[in-house]
Amino acid sequence: MEKIIEMQNIRKEFPGIVANDNVTLGLRKGEVHALLGENGAGKSTLMSILFGLYQPDAGQIVVRGEPVQIKNPTMANNLGIGMVHQHFKLVHNFTVTENIILGMEPMNGIAIDRKGAALKIKELSQQYGLDVDPYAKIEDISVGMQQRVEILKMLYRDAEILIFDEPTAVLTPQEIHELMKIMRSLLKEGKSIILITHKLKEIKEVADRCTVIRRGKVIGTVDVKDTTEAKMAEMMVGREVSFHVEKGESNPGEIALEVKDLVVMGTRGEEAVKSFSFQLRRGEILGIAGVDGNGQAQLVEALTGLRKVESGVISLAGKDIAGLNIKERFEAGLAHIPEDRQKRGLVLDYSIEENMILEIHQNEPFSRMGFLQFDEIRNYSERLIKEFDVRSGEGSIAKARALSGGNQQKAIVGREISHNPEVLIAVQPTRGLDVGSIEYIHKRLVEQRDAGRAVLLVSLELDEILDLSDRVVVINSGTKVGEVITSETDENEVGLMMAGIEKGA
Amino acid sequence: MEIIMQIFPYAIAYTVPLLITALGGLFSERSGVVNIGLEGLMVIGSFASALTIRLLEGSMGPAAIWVGLLVAAIAGIAFSMLHAFASVTLSANQIISGTAINAIAAALTIFFARGIIGSGNIQIIQGLIRFDVPILSGIPIIGRMFFQNSYATTWVVLLILGIAYYVLYYTPQGLRLRSCGEHPHAADAAGINVALTRYIGVGLSGAFAALGGAIIIVTYSGQFNGSVAGLGFLALASLIFGQWKPLGILGSTLFFGFATTMANVSQVIPQMQVFPEVLLKTFPYIATLIALVLFSKSSQAPKAVGEPFEQDKR
Amino acid sequence: MKRVSTFKIRIPHQLQIALMAIAFGMLIAAVLIVITGNNPFSAYWFLFRGGLMSIKRIGNTLAGATTLILTGLSVAFAFRTGLFNIGAAGQMLFGGFVATALGLTLNLPKAILLPVMMLGAMLGGAFWGFIPGLLKAKFNVHEVVATIMMNFIALWIAYYGIQDTILKDPNQETQSARLPVEASLQVDWLRDITGNSFLNLGLIIAIIFVVIIAIIINKTVLGYQLKAAGYNRFAAEYAGMKVNRNIILSMAIAGALAGLAGFTFYAGFSNHVEIGKLPIQGFDGIAVALLGGSTPVGALFAALFFGILQTGKGFMQSMTGVPPEVGDLIIGFILYGAACQILFERILKYFKRGRNA
Repeated sequence: MEKIIEMQNIRKEFPGIVANDNVTLGLRKGEVHALLGENGAGKSTLMSILFGLYQPDAGQIVVRGEPVQIKNPTMANNLGIGMVHQHFKLVHNFTVTENIILGMEPMNGIAIDRKGAALKIKELSQQYGLDVDPYAKIEDISVGMQQRVEILKMLYRDAEILIFDEPTAVLTPQEIHELMKIMRSLLKEGKSIILITHKLKEIKEVADRCTVIRRGKVIGTVDVKDTTEAKMAEMMVGREVSFHVEKGESNPGEIALEVKDLVVMGTRGEEAVKSFSFQLRRGEILGIAGVDGNGQAQLVEALTGLRKVESGVISLAGKDIAGLNIKERFEAGLAHIPEDRQKRGLVLDYSIEENMILEIHQNEPFSRMGFLQFDEIRNYSERLIKEFDVRSGEGSIAKARALSGGNQQKAIVGREISHNPEVLIAVQPTRGLDVGSIEYIHKRLVEQRDAGRAVLLVSLELDEILDLSDRVVVINSGTKVGEVITSETDENEVGLMMAGIEKGA
Repeated sequence: MEIIMQIFPYAIAYTVPLLITALGGLFSERSGVVNIGLEGLMVIGSFASALTIRLLEGSMGPAAIWVGLLVAAIAGIAFSMLHAFASVTLSANQIISGTAINAIAAALTIFFARGIIGSGNIQIIQGLIRFDVPILSGIPIIGRMFFQNSYATTWVVLLILGIAYYVLYYTPQGLRLRSCGEHPHAADAAGINVALTRYIGVGLSGAFAALGGAIIIVTYSGQFNGSVAGLGFLALASLIFGQWKPLGILGSTLFFGFATTMANVSQVIPQMQVFPEVLLKTFPYIATLIALVLFSKSSQAPKAVGEPFEQDKR
Repeated sequence: MKRVSTFKIRIPHQLQIALMAIAFGMLIAAVLIVITGNNPFSAYWFLFRGGLMSIKRIGNTLAGATTLILTGLSVAFAFRTGLFNIGAAGQMLFGGFVATALGLTLNLPKAILLPVMMLGAMLGGAFWGFIPGLLKAKFNVHEVVATIMMNFIALWIAYYGIQDTILKDPNQETQSARLPVEASLQVDWLRDITGNSFLNLGLIIAIIFVVIIAIIINKTVLGYQLKAAGYNRFAAEYAGMKVNRNIILSMAIAGALAGLAGFTFYAGFSNHVEIGKLPIQGFDGIAVALLGGSTPVGALFAALFFGILQTGKGFMQSMTGVPPEVGDLIIGFILYGAACQILFERILKYFKRGRNA
């Protein structure tokens, strides 16, 4: 079959790392070609090369049979290559039209022809069933709509090769469904698609072929219909992956955390969490499942004290903590593995030892009379580093910034577990990590459960929730849709609930 | 009423340099570069114009004034490139760079004034002469307020304001400039040269602020003395108070211009002493602080202003 | 560092950068001196002689540096909390205004009056830093803009506070009355040992505060918290630190230090307040802090260097005819050099690579 793009023997090195090593990828006209790999495997680098953001050190790119050098995104656009970035590149206070025409504005005399552009966008939108209002401002439309604007941007530029970078991460299940439909209609109009993802299910659903890369190297390209998810996972990781976390029966004890009728306001003054209730017992892991942006962040912030509780009760071991501040809640026995380890979890410019005492630096023996006790801090930190296998070049005095993502996360997990909390809130504890670190952290969380602690797991990865949790509470638009016992449910049921469809409805 | 009529031309004369400088700041900040060096750029402009006019007015007569304004704008562009280089090319801290611009401008201009003229002060013999706009000045009240005793520079600046408004909102160049201040990565992905756009934004701030400094010389001051007495910072306050919009800064500079003029004349005109002078003088700054508090949730500041842009990493 | 050479002295990275910034500033200024038809070598020779050649001049250099140490300390302290205090000038002026007002109105013995004035200056400066801190903490108003506004508010309050009151010098248009001996930091014994220089008790105050601030930043829980907030406000918040309180506290402390600077300047160096302009030391403090790598001891040395420039420039002018603004030019370009630090880093890296190759 005709190949519209061939990337041949691409090599790209960054200081200290070979991001792409002799990578070859061929995209056939009219196919969806998935690019599968773990975080840091080199998918993004490869696509950045195709999109002109980087120059390869070796190898060549052939587009429609012609060898080309793609020096910048504009050249990529001219070759008909467009990219939907994972983080949308849209100006929030511009209209849809303005965002789409930016950089190639149609003119009417000396002014921009906004009307003409809007008309053309309207037509494109109808042709592909996108249903986008050209005059809406970006900040007023949903994330799913914003993604469609990104797609329109490429279509407006007559792109024939569309690269989607992790497009479903921010979408609701219905929006994902819609996106798949849009992709099919794009194919029908003769476009070709590269889909970057680490979600096997999506590949199974929409892709024709799949190229797997691991540590910068191509492991192989397979026909999706001839393979299984397990096979692709094995290619991705390099060994057989057990999808299931080893864990025994849970042994729930008394109630550790009880949330009743919790209401939390969002940043824009909307009700982000609505009358939310659940119970968490000692010795169990309770998962909170939901699509990104459905109130989980606000729920966690309200539980940990980072955000004001509008009304409702949060009781920790029988004591209402809703009115306490962050520190008081910590002292009452709440520990928190935050969603974003670099933004919240660590002070990157502090050493590991300084990070290890982040919450307890005011306590003896780490400080006395307002003065830090550096020997005590060092001893404590070194104990934790050993216990939780945090690897760094210089040990305790290494800057947190110098650690790999996995080791940063291990440091945080170790720090929080070492506080011996009543309740451990783990938010996206394995986001962006390699499989080895993921397994390690999962094991540690189950250990906490087995030691009789209560663990609240908030994750956007449904697989993680179902693997780890004993019970699952599903959140949609800030409302509790329902609660299920993991062993009695399946992905379909929870997926539907995430979409807001109540159990049994 | 009569008094307001009387101070109107003075207030306008004071407002115009502020307006053009704040407009310069607008271009810099909406392209994504904070510019607290406006004060220094004004100083450069006042120096360049005073020196040029001083050297040329003997041979050229009144035309020297316009040459002086042009030279000031060019000098402002050249000097602002220091800020652009640090902020854009080196991704430096824009506040530090802007502070350096102010410090260097103050020292450099007097240094050269002494070196060239032999004194830190440069006096020009003849500034712009006020004139009545034909026909329009005959309109009752409005004619007297706006069209009598006006400086030609006022009309030039208003023209620039009109053009700036049009460019900013109706042309591709304006759209692109604004996109660089809001979301440079979006601009970059659309094939826009963010660095170049920001250089242009900073360059315009240099030209306009220097023009502002020069207008002071050719209208109400007539002499360069190494300082513009904080007008650059007042322009910055106007920019914020006007919420980074051309018409907003027109309003805010008029507002601040009037407050300051009232404070200045209240020593001469007893009827004006309704408000204590200290209140009138501090009013723009207090008003800006209050505005910042009130707009803290809904600020229209460019989203990416002050953030160096670096192309996407892996 | 595999080969250890006996001739190689290892200069700390931060110092290397600082020295490069100084070299950069002096180089550019030298070019400008050449442009005006003068000899930069003789200009710099007389510049440094003017700052150092006699006990009296050294005394004056130290007296000039005193104020810069404190404004530099103020800016550096705020920097460590992630705050840009561009308002040291206003805090210094307001603190100095309060101290001067106390000094001119209270009739107390020197041993009591000076501490009262010092406290007044610190409180005045602290208040002037507290407001931007509060606005930042409560309303997320950027401290750079807020402190700029506060500078001009201080300017006019000091102006009218002196202009229209008994504090004004009846014979001078633009300054306050002179402080009496009881209200001055100048003392006979310091004047005597430095050949009648302006050296005053302010230097001792400044050095004491360098030590205090160094201890706070490096050894205490407070310093740990302030730095954490400076590096990563969100992490500090997450860890239960009172970030907002710390921002306010940091700005107030920075303001107090700048207020002290005002005390040492107006009651130690000039003995009166000049009205209608912001003290340049407040802005030079930014350069001092940056050149000193935002550390207290670094600020001390940077201030001493600037003190030499300030004291020597008059001598340079009288000996060579080079305008005294050269001193300010060097400071300005050092500040610009600090902004362009990344350029120096690249040059250093380039040279290091070149040596190893």
